[in-house]
Amino acid sequence: MRKSLTVLALSLSIAGLAAPAHAQLSGTLQKIKDSGTITVGHRESSVPFSYLDAEQKPIGYAMELCAKVVDAVKSELKMPSLQVKYQAVTSQNRIPLMQNGTIDLECGSTTNSVARQQQVGFSVNYFITSVRMAVRKDSGVKDIGDLNGKPVATTTGTTSDALIKQNEKGKAIDVKNIYGKDHADSFLMVESGRAAAFVMDDILLAGLIASSKNPADFAIVGPSLRDEPYGVMLRKDDAPFKALVDKTLIGLMQSGEAEKLYNKWFMNPIPPRNVNLNFPMSPAVKAAFATPSDKGVE
Amino acid sequence: MNYHWDWQFFFQEADDGLKYYEWVISGLGWTTAVSLASLAVALLLGSVLGVMRTTPTRWLVAIGDAYVDVFRNVPLIIQLFLWFFVVPELVPEKMGIWMKQDLPYIVTAVVGLGLYTAARIAEQVKSGINALPRGQRFAGLALGFTEWQTYRYVRLPMAYRIVLPALTSEAMNIFKNSAVTYAVGILELYFQYKQIIEKTSQVLEITIVVTLAYFTLAFVMNRLLAFVEKRTRVPGLISGTGGK
Repeated sequence: MRKSLTVLALSLSIAGLAAPAHAQLSGTLQKIKDSGTITVGHRESSVPFSYLDAEQKPIGYAMELCAKVVDAVKSELKMPSLQVKYQAVTSQNRIPLMQNGTIDLECGSTTNSVARQQQVGFSVNYFITSVRMAVRKDSGVKDIGDLNGKPVATTTGTTSDALIKQNEKGKAIDVKNIYGKDHADSFLMVESGRAAAFVMDDILLAGLIASSKNPADFAIVGPSLRDEPYGVMLRKDDAPFKALVDKTLIGLMQSGEAEKLYNKWFMNPIPPRNVNLNFPMSPAVKAAFATPSDKGVE
Repeated sequence: MNYHWDWQFFFQEADDGLKYYEWVISGLGWTTAVSLASLAVALLLGSVLGVMRTTPTRWLVAIGDAYVDVFRNVPLIIQLFLWFFVVPELVPEKMGIWMKQDLPYIVTAVVGLGLYTAARIAEQVKSGINALPRGQRFAGLALGFTEWQTYRYVRLPMAYRIVLPALTSEAMNIFKNSAVTYAVGILELYFQYKQIIEKTSQVLEITIVVTLAYFTLAFVMNRLLAFVEKRTRVPGLISGTGGK
């Protein structure tokens, strides 16, 4: 009996994929309606976007934005009791898990890039991070020019050397790249004096500094080497679902609710340790809220 | 699964002006360098320790046993972190700064991986020596050999032949374990793998390529040592197949 039900469900869902039974639904919305569940992908330690609190529950700025999207899906499909599942993802597995249907939307700190758009879709950008550098205040490093000949830490994924060279001021300098396994390692390299600077997304640097032993010892300095937009990751070529997500996020940005959420997570003490990131909204983020766009970075 | 396959990306140019396939090749080079250097350290140190543990001298045995206990019971990644982050803080300050800023990272990686693998090789060399009949040592001593000469001319040549299959496994393992050295800043194959995923998101293509690369490295090592095993086989010893 159970087997035949499974077969029935499978053939129904295959039929649903091949030719949508409900003419007005397709893609992810159809999948959510058929399964009665929506699966939200989240990160475990992307503070303050998407991370686990003391009870191992996913929270954060991106999670709150996604909760609003889930509400919109509920009312769109007229399914108030839609079941919401959470699935932790990493930067390695988030794209395959999106593609194979394990998660329906990913709410973390994923850069919306042109390369990734080959694989997945993105909502409008809800945050812009700038690649800058964290230094020890006593190191005397104040600008990119001060890095000549010095070791510079970065984490797998961004090539600080290339970014520094691209930057006008940095053209005449040569740095020694060293690589940390993760952001905590790269930061430790600066803390222990192995590296003169750690080049990374400024918001992540702010988080590392805020939770370090002596936050006053460190500073974020230098110009932005590159601006990277963060977006909610969706499946590729799923226009109806993307339209719904975008409409929800743009609504939040225009009503001022997104800014309230921003202040809650970036300008106030946040769980689990009640650390305040003190990270005021940058002109880039303000612009992203004023004129929402889903353009990816090259 | 609507995956966008694209094998062409290997020929695209990355940020640093190199092409992605060149990243893979450079990673392969570092993996090979770290592995072979660590293997040399491990074979040398592992043999010394293995021999020490079979001598009649108590304190030599104790040192060898303690070494194996410590280095075999601590995970490799922790050992690498100890060498990389902790040791420079424990030594005199000037030396610490030198270790942090001037010492090439590959030295730390080779020391870490080599010392870890040495513990495993010491265990195998010891069991190889202990597998020999005690009479071989006595016969050597009766012929007027010194203790050291019984090792050099009688026991070690036999012991190495006995443990060669186990050493082959270690030599293959070292290529696979070398992936962990990405954690101490070595730009080897696994590092490039992570880097390329972040940059291009072509997860499946690069995973397939890197899998094949590691397989090839380990397999070449396996065939190489199988050849050595065949060439050094003593007819009649261990199995009769070589006795033709």
